[in-house]
Amino acid sequence: MGFLGDVVNWFGDGSHWSGNDGVIHRLTEHVQISVVSIVAAALIALPIGFLIGHVRKGGIATVNISNIGRALPSFALLILMVQIFGLGEPSGVFSFIGSFPTFVVLVAIAIPPMLTNTYIGMVGVDPEVREAARGMGMSGRQLLRGVEAPIALPLVWAGIRTGAIAVVATATLAAYTGWGGLGRFIIDGLSTQDYVQVFAGALLVALLAIVFEFGLAGLQHLTVSRGLRVRARPGGRVEDAVPEVAPTPAVPARPTG
Amino acid sequence: MGPLQLAQDIGSKWIYWPWVGDHLDEIRTRLAEHITLTFWAVLLGFLIAFPLALLAVRYRRLYPPVIGVTGVLYTIPSIALFVFLIPWTGLSRTTALVPLVAYTLLILIRNIVAGLDGVPPEVREAAQGMGYRPLRQLFSVELPLALPAIVAGIRIATVTTIGLITVTALIGQGGLGQFMIDGFQRDFRTPLTVGIILSVALAVVADLLLVGAQRLVSPWARAERRRS
Repeated sequence: MGFLGDVVNWFGDGSHWSGNDGVIHRLTEHVQISVVSIVAAALIALPIGFLIGHVRKGGIATVNISNIGRALPSFALLILMVQIFGLGEPSGVFSFIGSFPTFVVLVAIAIPPMLTNTYIGMVGVDPEVREAARGMGMSGRQLLRGVEAPIALPLVWAGIRTGAIAVVATATLAAYTGWGGLGRFIIDGLSTQDYVQVFAGALLVALLAIVFEFGLAGLQHLTVSRGLRVRARPGGRVEDAVPEVAPTPAVPARPTG
Repeated sequence: MGPLQLAQDIGSKWIYWPWVGDHLDEIRTRLAEHITLTFWAVLLGFLIAFPLALLAVRYRRLYPPVIGVTGVLYTIPSIALFVFLIPWTGLSRTTALVPLVAYTLLILIRNIVAGLDGVPPEVREAAQGMGYRPLRQLFSVELPLALPAIVAGIRIATVTTIGLITVTALIGQGGLGQFMIDGFQRDFRTPLTVGIILSVALAVVADLLLVGAQRLVSPWARAERRRS
């Protein structure tokens, strides 16, 4: 039996699924810290993005700060945070966070794409539409909630999806700094040269990332007004623009996780 | 002060210059490794992306599947993609290079296609009216106009690749990432600092060099800017 047969057998072995080192537990850890981080990042990034997009100020600074993040590898960021905070695992009410340095890194890498895309989506709202809404007597808040935000929503979702991919990927790397998640199978397998386990872990991680991507694409489809829908498929996103080259619908730098 | 205390003091310093002085050769080697891997990844990525993008522009129906497949590849976390080939190619440079190339494809194809799409139809018609054959029209009219978008793609691909190569240290092809791993494992911050600063600096320098190269090969853009 070849290598792939061994991988199939690995998945067939019940002992690899249960217990503290089992697939179920590792998957739960991975999904939990990812979802918590994505939600936390969205709660920080989206309000700020909507606000500066509404008042149309501070945008260049926002985009520039996001771009600096491109050059800093998330792997480096992760190791750096562990150096600064230690391997703290919060207890009590905050135990849902899982690992503090990992959480900080995940939130930090998810904010820039969410913030930039929200801002760009808001700025892209046709000025005539804004004027029309004003002319109908809408207040600033009504304009933001009823007109600008819904129109900006496809780009907001693009930001959330880009951020989410980065989070799921970097959560995998967090196994290297001692935290759990699906990355454990890869990191532990590499150090024991158990490449069957490495491969199985990689498959699980890849599948999880694709599930996140399609799941969020589904949520986007449900929440975006039908007239504004852009085709939702991986890679089919309208991404955050690189400011130096306005006409290009550029793909963001891949989150380096 | 005992020797243990001394070791801890040195370990917790963000930069300990004597170490840097002693390891200049290794720093040079790792930096060269990082640059070589980046160069090949972006070059091979471009050589694959370019014909695919041209095909997608010519035959529109090909574009969604091409973007779909490269998009799924792009979604897969790097560490997973880096270990997929180990069973066949071991902890070799090929194992690291294939995923790096795969990641550049989506960025490059989208930017090349967007650049070619941005060529105004009047320009294309004018070229046809002047009797340009398709190939000559592509190379002397359309590609020069698409250059800013294409270079933007190469820049993003390059910066991304430089960041990803730190992760390849986990499969023994680290470049500067090896310093981050060394520093982390030995609780010694100096190599960590050196690795991070050099990889960020490399990304910035590579980006600036590409901007410079673009200016060099498109003198008409400079002339236009002066006129306006």
